[in-house]
Amino acid sequence: MDPQALATIERLGYVLAGALFVVGLHRMNHPATARSGNQVSAVGMTVAVLVTTVAIATGTLASSVGVVGLVILAGAVIGGGLGWWLARSVQMTAMPQLVSLFNAVGGGAAALVAVDDFVKLSRVGQAPVDTTVFVGLGVVIGSITFSGSLIASGKLQGLVPSRPLVIPGGRFVTILAGLVVLGGFAYLVWQAWLGVGATSWTYVALASIVVAALVFGVTMVLPIGGADMPVVISLLNSFTGTAAAMAGFVIDNQGLIIAGALVGAAGGILTRLMAQAMNRSLANIVLGGFGTGDTVGAGAETGAEGTVRQVGPDDVAVMLAYARSVIIVPGYGLAVAQAQHQVHELAELLESRGVDVKYAIHPVAGRMPGHMNVLLAEANVPYPQLYEMERINPEFPRTDVALVVGANDVTNPAARSNPKSPIYGMPILDVDAAQNVVVIKRSMRPGYAGIDNELYSNPKTGMLFGDAKEALASLIAAVKAV
Amino acid sequence: MSEILLTSLTVFVLAVLVGFEVISKVPATLHTPLMSGANAIHGVVLIGAMAIVATADNPLSLVLSFVAVVFAAMNVVGGYLVTDRMLQMFRQRRAPAAPSEPPASLAVPSGEPEGAGRGQG
Repeated sequence: MDPQALATIERLGYVLAGALFVVGLHRMNHPATARSGNQVSAVGMTVAVLVTTVAIATGTLASSVGVVGLVILAGAVIGGGLGWWLARSVQMTAMPQLVSLFNAVGGGAAALVAVDDFVKLSRVGQAPVDTTVFVGLGVVIGSITFSGSLIASGKLQGLVPSRPLVIPGGRFVTILAGLVVLGGFAYLVWQAWLGVGATSWTYVALASIVVAALVFGVTMVLPIGGADMPVVISLLNSFTGTAAAMAGFVIDNQGLIIAGALVGAAGGILTRLMAQAMNRSLANIVLGGFGTGDTVGAGAETGAEGTVRQVGPDDVAVMLAYARSVIIVPGYGLAVAQAQHQVHELAELLESRGVDVKYAIHPVAGRMPGHMNVLLAEANVPYPQLYEMERINPEFPRTDVALVVGANDVTNPAARSNPKSPIYGMPILDVDAAQNVVVIKRSMRPGYAGIDNELYSNPKTGMLFGDAKEALASLIAAVKAV
Repeated sequence: MSEILLTSLTVFVLAVLVGFEVISKVPATLHTPLMSGANAIHGVVLIGAMAIVATADNPLSLVLSFVAVVFAAMNVVGGYLVTDRMLQMFRQRRAPAAPSEPPASLAVPSGEPEGAGRGQG
């Protein structure tokens, strides 16, 4: 086939792939079609890869097909195998950090594509101004995403302390790195503008941009507390999409541009929704307003006052078994204890006794928006029983027992009442409005935001200390015995 | 600006708008799978990585593009699989049957000892 026709087929293939991505995302609107949506999107990806493979193999792009094929095949097998293994073996609770890891390598790949193409152009002369701008954007965004996502992933995994890390002079380093990025960027564009051809300074500038952007990613995410990580991951996800689109401009590939732009928009919307759910502005989060030294201290003060009432499984079982309505508030503690199946078992047991059981899902319960829905779906909890915050909050005053399992910050009344609290203004589940509150919790340790919860010293509240799984198991046994 | 670039910019802007439109309708419960699914889609950078392997003309370029392929392939394969694993759990189940009759009387609870370490069902 002649090259012209092949190029046309390649472009049409990308259009098809782009359309499949859009349709796939659209089908992810609804739980019933979401899985097929992801599959449609995967078909789009397959089309894009196949079309590119054909284009490369038939030599529109390459002269030495053998080496090229080998490198691509080896890379695809190694990377794909690694991704396959990680995706198969990961615990559902550890899934947010895995998504963050995949996001990191995606951003890294986008940065590498931009760097490589720029080096190639510079070797044969001079990259034009527009290409240079896109290279710069791709490299900067991709590198920030790479290091930032790795740190975010490490924080969620516990490899990096999840508490906000404030390095002395950290903000200075961030600003310095930002200046180096801007300076290097400006130099490259200026050089392209003059059209004097690449010199060794070109490569120095490019390398400085990469290093500074990597440092920027690290110092940007380190001071942000673990509670804000979902928003950060979403933001970085959006970044990677944008970086991929920039790489698409650099190598003139519309498949990349369409898919990258879609994901950039997706991440942007998601980030905004998440920030709204936490009633925090994005700037506030990224600038690390959360949990700097003084706010942690302020939170700790409230801990001393008030005593907590400890209850045993039998007391709680009676309370639950004879309640008319129970709302279960699951949190991350439930997820780490892998107790979603026990929660479901308890709920079914209560329902069989005629108790009305609902689940209250805070938008950021777990570690990511919707994370708790995934975990409960894994345990076969029926969808109609899951209530979002806005729908369930009016129900609490009419509820006999609110059973909080491993949730903390999302139930903290300080978010409503204490303007000094770092989570003041965050929408919370009005658990304290219920007639009785039972909190299953391992210890009195503060939650992810690092602040104490005055719900625990509320006279209505009984604390059932223990691992969520074991506590629930003993509750189930106790309810059966009632 | 070249004709190619203008076309690409048009495509970019429209794709961004389509992305906003398509995505703003997703319910909150699906946000995590959506983020993961979108994460898989930006693995499309794989085709960019493949393209730069094809045009590699020196060892450094070959190494850079090889690493890019490894990264992007991991993003694509892992991204789609983990999203599928999540969504697999969203099988539609029928709503639970209406609650059976409420407990007839408030029997005095038998002081059963703690059901220690009951295994899951």
